[in-house]
Amino acid sequence: MKYLENRKYIIQGIFLLVGFVFASRLFYIQVVDSSYKQAAETNAIKPVIQYPFRGLIYDRNGKLLVQNTPVYDLMVVPKDIKNLDTLRLAELVKLPVEDVRERLKKARAYSYVQPSPFYQKLSTQEFAYIQNNLIDFPGFYINARTARGYPHQSLAHALGYIAEISPKQLEDSTYRGYRPGDYIGKSGIELEYEKYLMGQRGVKYKMVNVRGVEKGSFRDGAFDTLAVAGENLVSTIDLDLQAYGEFLMNGAKGSVVAIEPATGEVLAYVSAPFYDPNLFTGKDYGKNYMALLSDSNKTMFNRPIMASSNPPGSIFKLAQALVALQDGVITPNTGFPCNQSLVKCSHAHLAPTNLSIAIQTSCNPYFYQVFRADINRGKSKNTFTDTALGLAEWREKITSFGFGTKLGIDLPNEKQGIIASPEMYNKVYGENRWKFSTIYSVSIGQGELGVTPLQMANFMATIANRGYYVTPHIVRSIGEDGKPLPEYQKRHYTSIDSKHFEPVIDGMAAVVESGTGRNANLSKLGIAVCGKTGTAENPQGKDHAVFVAFAPKDNPKIAIAVYVENAGFGAQSAAPIAGLMIEKYLTDSVSRKPMEKWVLSRKYLEID
Amino acid sequence: MGVEQKVLGNRLVNTPQRSRRTSGFIAPHLDWVTVLLYFLLVALGWMNIYAAVYSPENVINIFSMDINSGKQLAWIGASFLLILVLLVVDYKIYEHLAYPIYGFIILLLLVTLVVAKPIAGSRSWLDLGAGIRLQPAELAKFATALAASRFLGSINLRQQNFKDQMILAAITFVPPLIIVLQNETGSALVFGAFILAYFREGMSPLILIIGGSAAAIFILTLLVPKLYLIVGITVLMALATWLDYRLLRRFKVMIGLWLVVVGMVFSVDFFVNDVLQPHQQNRIKALINPEADPLGYGWNVTQSKIAIGSGGLWGKGFLNGTQTKFDFVPEQSTDFIFCTIGEEHGWIGSTVLIGLFMALLIRLVSIAERQKSVFARTYGYCVASIIFFHFLVNVGMTIGLAPVVGIPLPFFSYGGSSLWSFTILLFILLAIDANRAKDLAR
Repeated sequence: MKYLENRKYIIQGIFLLVGFVFASRLFYIQVVDSSYKQAAETNAIKPVIQYPFRGLIYDRNGKLLVQNTPVYDLMVVPKDIKNLDTLRLAELVKLPVEDVRERLKKARAYSYVQPSPFYQKLSTQEFAYIQNNLIDFPGFYINARTARGYPHQSLAHALGYIAEISPKQLEDSTYRGYRPGDYIGKSGIELEYEKYLMGQRGVKYKMVNVRGVEKGSFRDGAFDTLAVAGENLVSTIDLDLQAYGEFLMNGAKGSVVAIEPATGEVLAYVSAPFYDPNLFTGKDYGKNYMALLSDSNKTMFNRPIMASSNPPGSIFKLAQALVALQDGVITPNTGFPCNQSLVKCSHAHLAPTNLSIAIQTSCNPYFYQVFRADINRGKSKNTFTDTALGLAEWREKITSFGFGTKLGIDLPNEKQGIIASPEMYNKVYGENRWKFSTIYSVSIGQGELGVTPLQMANFMATIANRGYYVTPHIVRSIGEDGKPLPEYQKRHYTSIDSKHFEPVIDGMAAVVESGTGRNANLSKLGIAVCGKTGTAENPQGKDHAVFVAFAPKDNPKIAIAVYVENAGFGAQSAAPIAGLMIEKYLTDSVSRKPMEKWVLSRKYLEID
Repeated sequence: MGVEQKVLGNRLVNTPQRSRRTSGFIAPHLDWVTVLLYFLLVALGWMNIYAAVYSPENVINIFSMDINSGKQLAWIGASFLLILVLLVVDYKIYEHLAYPIYGFIILLLLVTLVVAKPIAGSRSWLDLGAGIRLQPAELAKFATALAASRFLGSINLRQQNFKDQMILAAITFVPPLIIVLQNETGSALVFGAFILAYFREGMSPLILIIGGSAAAIFILTLLVPKLYLIVGITVLMALATWLDYRLLRRFKVMIGLWLVVVGMVFSVDFFVNDVLQPHQQNRIKALINPEADPLGYGWNVTQSKIAIGSGGLWGKGFLNGTQTKFDFVPEQSTDFIFCTIGEEHGWIGSTVLIGLFMALLIRLVSIAERQKSVFARTYGYCVASIIFFHFLVNVGMTIGLAPVVGIPLPFFSYGGSSLWSFTILLFILLAIDANRAKDLAR
């Protein structure tokens, strides 16, 4: 039987072989193949986002513009529902029973064990009432979170709003890290400064079991991060001035933009018609949004930076004068006859024997002749080529004021406007097929020109600064003792020497003193206002009223552009508003109550 | 000298005086290496049972009777009492009472089949009242091992006859037959392990080879397209014939063999689809390709592999596993206990455990070999074979090398029936071994 004893080696061999195969297999799945580790993480570790407190926004005087207010969501965990009285629940939340059933179905479809919102954004009263009765509804609980709130009704267009991130944004790589259901800035400052306002999310890694129920923190929170609150912003807006501007523009369509010339800080930013920003915070956000979007007065249209197709009208003559002075084709003392055969001149006035008088009287033939002298300087014998050369050179100087380009304000969707260019005419008429007689209306601010109200206000700030501007911006400080973004801290010089500004400013002073801008005259208060009226022709309807101004003449504190659509002469409709705004800002009060009353009596809105 | 002792032993065995000496202090003769391995496995098992049921958000003391680790500690304590009893009892009783014990267990199995209420489809649990349940199928292993060893020890192994072989086959396969009827196919498969022990006692190696080949062909048919398999087998047989021309003389046998193999290949589909029950079919499918339905039949295998695979080289650390807790891996403290070691102690821990089992199995073989009686030696091999089979299938299923069969990892898995049955199995052998000096070769 000895030979049988050797079989023990075979048996032991089988044992060891299996042990070896197992150890090898384990080495492969545990050490070589890393896919199991990833699978384990997706299995059992769930990152839970900790939402930071979104940054607040203050006005330049420390008044709160945007705050966080608590909102309450009624949450449901279907697994925990017991003996549900659907009728009573419907009564409690004041919803139809079918709606309640539908919501419950949706919650169950989402997850049986995980909480999902049953009814969102309860008001404080609803919250108190529901909370008191919730004891009878196991499976339901209230989750408090914060939403945006506004202690005033102003500045909606500039502030913007936040809403749930869209599926399209979620796919965009710029929004990496956002998850479905996250709130994100959708327009205005909320969008532009999203990365500062949102703060830093924290992540808590939770372990979850096979049904997704949390089972404590992963590795005692060794990898968890805390949420860091968003940066508070200080806006350049003066809430009192803003509210006053909206008060004056109530019932009108158009824009009021006021800028502090030295800093480029936007003091007021009115887009009329306007709406209460609180409309976008509550339960009825969607409904309110759609109503405003389909409104015939285009309430959602952010006019100060988007109304770019409107011609500037007579205020553009100031730019024509400055370019012509720089080019040396006129001097402050140059006079031209008011030759109405060239272009109509609407009003009988003093003979434009120098530049200041021409500005004061807004003489059309004068600026026709200035523009022609500037464009056709005989650099080429061919009149067509000469016009094209002159226009190209002119355009370069004009755009140095920020016309025809996006200024770069810290708000989304700014439009660049239009400034006549040789390319534009070549496209329409063909090369060498157009000359000065084709383009002459540009001389008086009509024709191939489009200027946004922001560009107009910036133009005023540039003149007030005698030759430079700081890019207009609406946020002056990010975080504690912060500064504005670097691009809002440097001066942009125009191609016009500063000495050429004085004669133009003298003309503007005369406009307000004794010309078309008398409605903005504040000389009784000792404030020298420099301004210019304009009336932009509107082929679709009544002309648009324009008034631009800055004050005081020396050491200017405010530059303003008022654009009222379909309001006729700038002198009548826009100048009073600018005057009242300047007075309000510089003296903190309004003395000319009858003027205010008169402004308020005028309605330019289309009545639906 | 030898003859004298034998006579003396035979004469004295029936006297009370001799009997007292036999059941005396046997500690110096106990195989302490095996005892140490036993304690290590039981202790490690207990800790891993705690890790498997541990929940970081609701930490319960390891000793609490509310959780499996606390209960297992009670089973372990009871096992120690059992060991004392097994070691104190006259060692000869096991051989003498082998048939009565076997008969009793058969009876118990039949009673269970009749009276047991089905638990998860299986009628294998006997309710003893007071919340205590017993699974006689577990006890059938050592009873069958005893009976088969006794039988082999009582016949002349040199002159095997057909009748003896049939009796041995009956002893071996009647219990698993009843167990299959109880719907505990997994436990029944364990009895196939006896073939290893019989092989040592002279069973023809052909049975081992044919059994192994059949299993290999079965698995290969599932994994490899049939045509390739048949071409491969044909080429192999032709090659064998070419290498050894003598096979040509047995041409008819070769053709017959070829036909049998090809027939097997084609009958696998029939067997899987028409003979096996749906849950058994799924276990086969899960073995072949668990990714085909990771949330359905592939769930156990997929999750078990994820748990083990995520352990890496060193593991996540004691109680730091995520997969074996939180119910990703089913049956965490019982059949899939190996996942906890794999996840928390990594490849190092797994390999150490495999090493412990290897050491135990090799030790058991050498214990068996040093026995002087056929009964004792056969029993030793039975113990090793049963433990080996459990180890093979249990660990194999967690790493995707064997189909999911619900049998526990010896000494390790949670459960009193399992722990006791392995403790009895092992310590009967150690008791016999410790007294081997008194026993004489017959």
